[in-house]
Amino acid sequence: MGRYLIFRILQSALLIFGVLLLVFFMVRLTGDPAALMVSRDATPAQIEAYREATGLNRPLHVQLFDYLSGVARGDLGNSMERNLPNLQLIGQRLPATLELALAALILAVTVGVPLGIISGMWPNSPFDYIARLIGLAGQTIPSFWLAMILILVFAVQLRWLPSFGRDTFTSLILPAFALGLGGIGQLVRLTRSTVLEVRAENYIRTARAKGLPSRRVAWQHIAPNTAIPLISVIGINFTYALGGSVYIETIFSWPGLGSLLNDAITNSDFPLVQAITIFIAIFAVCVNLLTDIVYGLVDPRIRQV
Amino acid sequence: MTRTAAIAQLSDKPKRHSPSGDLLRRFLRDPGAVVGAIVVITLVICAIFADSIAPFGPIEGDLMVSKLPEAWAEGGNPAHILGTDQLGQDILSRIIYGARVSLAVGFFGVLLAASIGITLGLLAGYLGGWVDTAVTSFVNLLLSVPYLVLVIVIAAIFGRSLINVILIFGVTGSPIFVRLTRGEVLRLKNEEYVLAAKALGAPAFRVVLRHILPNLLGPLVTMATFEMSAMIFYESGLSFLGLSVPPEIPSWGNMLTLGRRFLAIYPWMAIYPGVAIAITALGVNLLGDWLRDVLDPRTRKQ
Repeated sequence: MGRYLIFRILQSALLIFGVLLLVFFMVRLTGDPAALMVSRDATPAQIEAYREATGLNRPLHVQLFDYLSGVARGDLGNSMERNLPNLQLIGQRLPATLELALAALILAVTVGVPLGIISGMWPNSPFDYIARLIGLAGQTIPSFWLAMILILVFAVQLRWLPSFGRDTFTSLILPAFALGLGGIGQLVRLTRSTVLEVRAENYIRTARAKGLPSRRVAWQHIAPNTAIPLISVIGINFTYALGGSVYIETIFSWPGLGSLLNDAITNSDFPLVQAITIFIAIFAVCVNLLTDIVYGLVDPRIRQV
Repeated sequence: MTRTAAIAQLSDKPKRHSPSGDLLRRFLRDPGAVVGAIVVITLVICAIFADSIAPFGPIEGDLMVSKLPEAWAEGGNPAHILGTDQLGQDILSRIIYGARVSLAVGFFGVLLAASIGITLGLLAGYLGGWVDTAVTSFVNLLLSVPYLVLVIVIAAIFGRSLINVILIFGVTGSPIFVRLTRGEVLRLKNEEYVLAAKALGAPAFRVVLRHILPNLLGPLVTMATFEMSAMIFYESGLSFLGLSVPPEIPSWGNMLTLGRRFLAIYPWMAIYPGVAIAITALGVNLLGDWLRDVLDPRTRKQ
């Protein structure tokens, strides 16, 4: 486990370094980062002033060093639009996004996994068809459209739930569902196919052959082996929810990172866009690292580097 | 019996089980595949013949008939089956024209992603060494950033145009093609027929193109289908955020952006473009499921 842990941590550190380089060069690919960073209707003199102020006129390697050491110190630059440190803005918005992404994840796991298990245990039953339909719906219904339909039905027509903001617990329900449906679909499909695969394994036949009651086979033999691949998918799902939150938070005016990113893009606040990208990317790498560590703890086969 | 007659008789039998006939029978027996094919064909026809199919032009607005609900609703007009938007533009016509953007992005995006991905995957898998390390690092890097965030940020940097969107999806979509190709090459590289071709002195490019690549086509076609549905999906998302094609071009995502603004008063503006996206994604996915079963029996799930 020790070697595996060190290997994965080093690998993640390299990935983060790579992401930082990627963002650095991506912003410069357009030719003139200063023109990109300053608002669209800036005069050439303003662009020049910005270039001067932020040191974008220095040699590339000096800029790169400056940028990397800034990130290492936790300095992600300042927002153009709000004149505040980007990291401070991100910190203010992070709890709301985590709350929403976690709610969506919990919804996806508590609904998707049981549905997938039942569907996989009784393939081709009526229940299986319903579960597969839900799986397909999660795959084909765009979350941002679902969000609008939910608002239309539950906020405009029925007036049961609020359509925007983050005031009471009820504000969380619609956005979490809109963000979680994709995850539900993915988990239903994956759990179902894993259960089907595990059920066909030789050790399951052995367990049945030696006369174990089917309930015991299900809980002691099928369930643990189904859980293993789910761990990695749940991690992926969480980072996926971070991406999807851009739509959902915008539609529901949820004060999180996703709506902050959308605002920053709309206002052409590129320093903030860059900072949020770096933050989300590093966050995702860390979530993946954690998932892999849990994965390694549960399944000894993974630990072989 | 002469020798030719014997051969003729031998080759007679398999005729009754012609592979194409089998395929057609399997296709017709699978309702999902038929529905998927109908959806995809409809989409293609809409995109190509939009000018003749659509009852109105894509930006042909008539303020006299603006904000009309669906034809069957109260106050609806039979000329505008799915209603009109705030400028009096016909929703159905704009959805039909919108198929162009979706199909262009889906098709060319996948084509580019597959070309890049297959090339890099073949190189990495076959050559190994530092090429493999470089390609794999690149892939891991692109896959480490949440996909939507990556696409949204690149689109924000490069500005909105159809070409940019296709390029973005082409590059960001390539890693999974690299992974698939590389993995398969590593598996096939030591197969006996590949080793035999090498032993006979076939140059590397011939080994790769003639002996390895054809064996990859099944999984690649399947992957391309699913990717196409994903790209159509993500394009509508980018449009929705105002990061895909310019607002004057009707795309399903652009229509949804507009629909969102009038959601509470003219809901049909937001409902139908979304239905179009969902039906398209459903059709392409169903077709992909069938292709996977037919072309790639190894990964077939019950």
